[in-house]
Amino acid sequence: MLSSLGIVTPQYFTFGEDEPFLLESGATLGPVTIAYETYGQFNADRSNAILILHALSGSAHAAGYHSAEDAKPGWWDDCIGPGKAFDTERFFVICSNVLGSCYGSSGPSSLDPGTGRPYGLGFPVVTIGDMVRAQERLLDHLGIERLLCAAGGSMGGMQVLEWAAHHPGRLRAAIPLATTARHSPMLIALSEVGRQAIYADPAWNNGDYYGNGKKPDAGLAVARMVGHITYLSDESMQQKFGRRLQAREQYGYEFQTEFAVESYLKYNGNNFTRRFDANSYLYVTKAMDYFDLSQPTGTFAAAFAGSTAVKFLVVSFTSDWLYPSYHSKDLVRALHAVGADVTYLDIESSWGHDAFLLEVETMTRLLASFMDRLADEEGVRTP
Amino acid sequence: MSSSSARERGNGRSGGAGNASALPSANISTSLRPDLRVVAKKIPAGATALDLGCGDGALLEYLRVAKGVTGRGIEKGEAGVLACVRRGLSVRQGNLQEGLADYPDKSFDVVILSQTLQYLNDPTMILDEMLRVGRLAVVSFPNLGYWRCRLHLLVRGRIPPAPDYPQEWYETPRRQQFTAVDFLDACRTQGIAVRQAIYLSGEREVRWAPNLLARTAIFALAR
Repeated sequence: MLSSLGIVTPQYFTFGEDEPFLLESGATLGPVTIAYETYGQFNADRSNAILILHALSGSAHAAGYHSAEDAKPGWWDDCIGPGKAFDTERFFVICSNVLGSCYGSSGPSSLDPGTGRPYGLGFPVVTIGDMVRAQERLLDHLGIERLLCAAGGSMGGMQVLEWAAHHPGRLRAAIPLATTARHSPMLIALSEVGRQAIYADPAWNNGDYYGNGKKPDAGLAVARMVGHITYLSDESMQQKFGRRLQAREQYGYEFQTEFAVESYLKYNGNNFTRRFDANSYLYVTKAMDYFDLSQPTGTFAAAFAGSTAVKFLVVSFTSDWLYPSYHSKDLVRALHAVGADVTYLDIESSWGHDAFLLEVETMTRLLASFMDRLADEEGVRTP
Repeated sequence: MSSSSARERGNGRSGGAGNASALPSANISTSLRPDLRVVAKKIPAGATALDLGCGDGALLEYLRVAKGVTGRGIEKGEAGVLACVRRGLSVRQGNLQEGLADYPDKSFDVVILSQTLQYLNDPTMILDEMLRVGRLAVVSFPNLGYWRCRLHLLVRGRIPPAPDYPQEWYETPRRQQFTAVDFLDACRTQGIAVRQAIYLSGEREVRWAPNLLARTAIFALAR
C-alpha cells in the first residue's frame, strides 16, 4: 500500500460579503462559503495545480485522514497522494465542496444571515455553472491563474466539462470520467424519484426541519437506495450479492430484510442520513438535471469551440448504465469536430457507474501516464 | 475491425513504468517494423496524421519524434490505448468506423492503415472514410500474390498464411485473402487514384514483378 497523506485539515474561503454572488437563475447569494482541502505544494509559478471535483454526495475530503481515529480516508485517496496517480510530491491538489452541498460550503442547511435560521428552501437553486464559478473565486483567492487540469467523475465530470467549455483559459487539461455533457431524461427521472421520496416524508415539512428534532431520514434513505442501485450493474450485483440471504438459512415468508442486497441498500440508505442533508440532495440533484452544455446553441461542438487548447482525457466504463458510454462518445465526437486534442477510453469493467472509483489499477496507469505527459508538455516543474 | 492481438507492433515497449520525458529516443526508427519505416518515409515532416488501428503507438511516436508529425490514433484494444497514453499520444478507443465518423472532412494530411485492411468487415467503407477524413491515405498489407504463397497453395493444397504473419487461418480474426493486383483492381473500380506504390520483400524494395516477388505492398491513395 502506498503511503497516504496522513492528517489533512479542511479550510474555508468566504466571498460575496459586500457584493452578493450572482447565480445563473438571476438570484443572488451572499456571503458564500466554500470548504476546501489542499494536498502537496505549489511550485514556483503555481503551474502545478490540479482541481479535483466531487460527485453528488462527495465532499472536499478527497484524500488523507481528518483524524487518527478515521476508519476511512478521503473519497479518492486511491488516486491522490505521494507517488499516486495525482502525485502530491509533484502537484498541488485542491478539492472543494460544491455550492448547495452540506459539507462546509454554503447550502440549504447553512444559516441565512437575513433570518438567522437555516435557509431551507429559501436557499436559491444553483447550477453546475454556479458551482464552477464559485470554484473560480477560490482559484483567484489561492492565486492560481491556470490549472494544470481539472478531474472528476459523474457530477465531478460535469464540472470538469463546465470548466472546459466556459472557462477554457483557466485550465490546460480536462479529465471527465463516467459523465455526460447533458443530463438525459433517464437521469432526470432517477433524480426525481429520489426527490419524490424526500417530499413524501412528512418530516421533510417543505424543507423546514432544521432544529425540529425530526429529519426526513426515511425519504432520504430511499433516495440513496435508488442511487446505489444505479451505481452498480446487473453483473456487479450478481457478483456482490447473488441471491444470498442475510443472516438466515431459509426464506422466512415475511417482510423482514432477507436478501443480502436488501440489507446492503438498507444499511447504505440509513448510513447516508447520518452524513447528508435531505435538502442538499434536492439542490444538488436539481443542479445535475439542469446541466446541458448543448444550450443555448443546440450543439456540444459550439460549447467547446473555444476549448481547442485544452487537452481532454475522456473515460467511460462498459457496464455503466447510468452514464452509458454513448454520452462520452457524443462528447468525444463534438471535441473532434472542433479539432480538440482528445484521448478516449471505454474501459472494460463490470462495476457499473462506481467503476471510476473502483478500477484503481487501470485508472492509476492511465491518469499517471496522462499527468506525466502534461507535466512534460507544459514544462511543469516540481515544487 | 482491427485487432491488436493479431498485429504486434514496435518493440513491445507497451506501457511500462518510466517518465514520459524519458520515452523518445534517437534509435526508435531501428525498432520500427520495415514496412512502417517505409510508411514513415512517405509522411511529410510537420504533417498531421491519423493512424487506424495504431496498436501501442510505435509508429505515431516515431513520427512525432523523427518528423514532428502531429498524430492521432484509433485503437480497439484497451492495452494498446493505455500503451499509447504512456507514450504521451492522443488516441480514441473504438472501432475504425465510429472513430473515423468523429472527424470532419479533410481533418488530416494523411490517414494510415497498416496491416489491418485484411481484417476489415467492410474495406470499401473504411477506404472511403479514410479518403474523406484525409487528403492522402497510406495503406499497407501482406501480398498473397507472393510466389511462396502461390506455391504453398499449388503444392500443399492449403491456403497460405500471409507473408510475415505465420498464424494459421483459425488463429486470426476473419481475414480477407487478396494480392497487390487484387487491391489495384479494387482501387480502379472504386475510383481511387494510386499516387504511389511501394513493394517490399523484408526490408528490400522490389521493382520487378512485384505481385510475384513482394511480401508487403504499400500504396498512397487519393481521390
